[in-house]
Amino acid sequence: MSTYTAHFRVWRGDADGGGLRDYRVEVHDGEVVLDIIHRLQATQAGDLAVRWNCKAGKCGSCSAEVNGRPRLMCMTRMSVFGRDETITVTPMRTFPVVRDLVTDVSFNYDKAREVPSFVPPEGVAPGEYRMLQEDVERSQEFRKCIECFLCQDTCHVVRDHEENKKAFAGPRFLMRVAELDMHPLDAAEEQGLDRKRSAQDEHGLGYCNITKCCTEVCPEHIKITDNALIPLKERAVDRKYDPLVWLGDKIRRRT
Amino acid sequence: MATDTQPPAPPTPPAPPARHGVLSAGRAAIAARHLRTDRWWLQPLLTALGLSAFVVYSTWRAFANAYYYAEPYVSPFYSPCLGSNCVDMPLGARWPLFGEWWGLSPALLVLIFPLGFRLTCYYYRKAYYRGFWASPPACAVAEPHEKYTGETRFPLILQNIHRYFFYFAIPVALILTYDVVLAFRDEQGAWGHMGLGTLVLLVNIALIWAYTASCHSCRHIVGGRLRHFSKHPVRYRMWTWVGKLNSRHMLLAWLSLVSVALADLYVYLVASGAFDDPRFF
Repeated sequence: MSTYTAHFRVWRGDADGGGLRDYRVEVHDGEVVLDIIHRLQATQAGDLAVRWNCKAGKCGSCSAEVNGRPRLMCMTRMSVFGRDETITVTPMRTFPVVRDLVTDVSFNYDKAREVPSFVPPEGVAPGEYRMLQEDVERSQEFRKCIECFLCQDTCHVVRDHEENKKAFAGPRFLMRVAELDMHPLDAAEEQGLDRKRSAQDEHGLGYCNITKCCTEVCPEHIKITDNALIPLKERAVDRKYDPLVWLGDKIRRRT
Repeated sequence: MATDTQPPAPPTPPAPPARHGVLSAGRAAIAARHLRTDRWWLQPLLTALGLSAFVVYSTWRAFANAYYYAEPYVSPFYSPCLGSNCVDMPLGARWPLFGEWWGLSPALLVLIFPLGFRLTCYYYRKAYYRGFWASPPACAVAEPHEKYTGETRFPLILQNIHRYFFYFAIPVALILTYDVVLAFRDEQGAWGHMGLGTLVLLVNIALIWAYTASCHSCRHIVGGRLRHFSKHPVRYRMWTWVGKLNSRHMLLAWLSLVSVALADLYVYLVASGAFDDPRFF
């Protein structure tokens, strides 16, 4: 077992201002960044604010930016850094800061509320839903999401353009739209809700330029861009930009 | 356990409210536009260099209008030949649909389709948005633009026609496949022969088909648009196969880009007399 002293720079402050502060702190074998933040809290910075919960990469609470990259602190091993390397930890830079490493992520809950929920099929009571595995497996991938909001944090559409927050739901919630649109029992269309069209018109799918940062940072390794956003873009094209599909749908409905 | 602490740095003043992006009011006051310490710039740089090299080479070759046919090989840049000013290509895909009035290189008439297919491709979009437009240059690295509307308006809304270029890419790939069949001849046109050029064209068309079939629009068309895979087992199986290829779309995009340039270069070298095509049998 080996121990060394690491150089940490941690952002301290609140909405009124703040800055990076330097700390020298012990690191032991097998530790993750969150362990070091906890050690700082216990020994040198008792008032350091940090949000955390499971320490197992499943609750999505300890999202932050480590050396400028959006990551879960509990899933970032100290062994990936050199012992001489300075490790910089900041809060997520897309959301308003509350204090130290804690940000106000309510933007995401607002966006979640804007996505109409699952529409139950008529004539099928809860408990009677039957689906085949091949019909649900696409949606199941998206259900792995732990809502850490790292994808929302890294997405340049809102990270670099605060003004786009109103129009753009972000990768997490466009993935939610895709999940529902692919759901074999969702009856939204029968009720007059066109999720494909609303993805483009109401949730800002057109802002996504598929540069895949959401996929790169996802701690659950969900292929957000390839399996959710691009398929959703193709579905929006079916509705809005492809006259052949439009014509085919018209003819099929008449027969 | 814990150790020495350096004196805390004085707090920096709050970020000016009018600034945008990561410097916006309310966000953590950090003056640096990004704090990444890795070589985040390397990938967009290599992408930009790779794509630029291809653009320069293909522009030169497309306008050259020379050395694109060396019996039995035709350059993929010049097939099918739709102008009336093409060289004689026995059995080759030569259809002078554009008549005499077209005086420029015939490659320009056909390259528009593979160019459009690649320009609107979901992988290449990522590549050039990052490499050339820095939107964003890398993840969590602030982009330099003050405003961003993505693909919501003209001209980038035209990216939505990718599937039409996919439809056009299929006949182009079929014609290039036919060209490979023709390459199993010798210089006199006798069948049942093969040279190094045949192998070059064969590898090229295999990569072009793999890239075309791995396209995201293809994946959507063969089965992705369905809601109930269980009702369409054949399309579900095809969607699964395309999905496997699709996971390597970036790799296939680059390999097929390099192979098509190399195939053209090979034909150029043989046609210009700089290189003698080794014959296998």
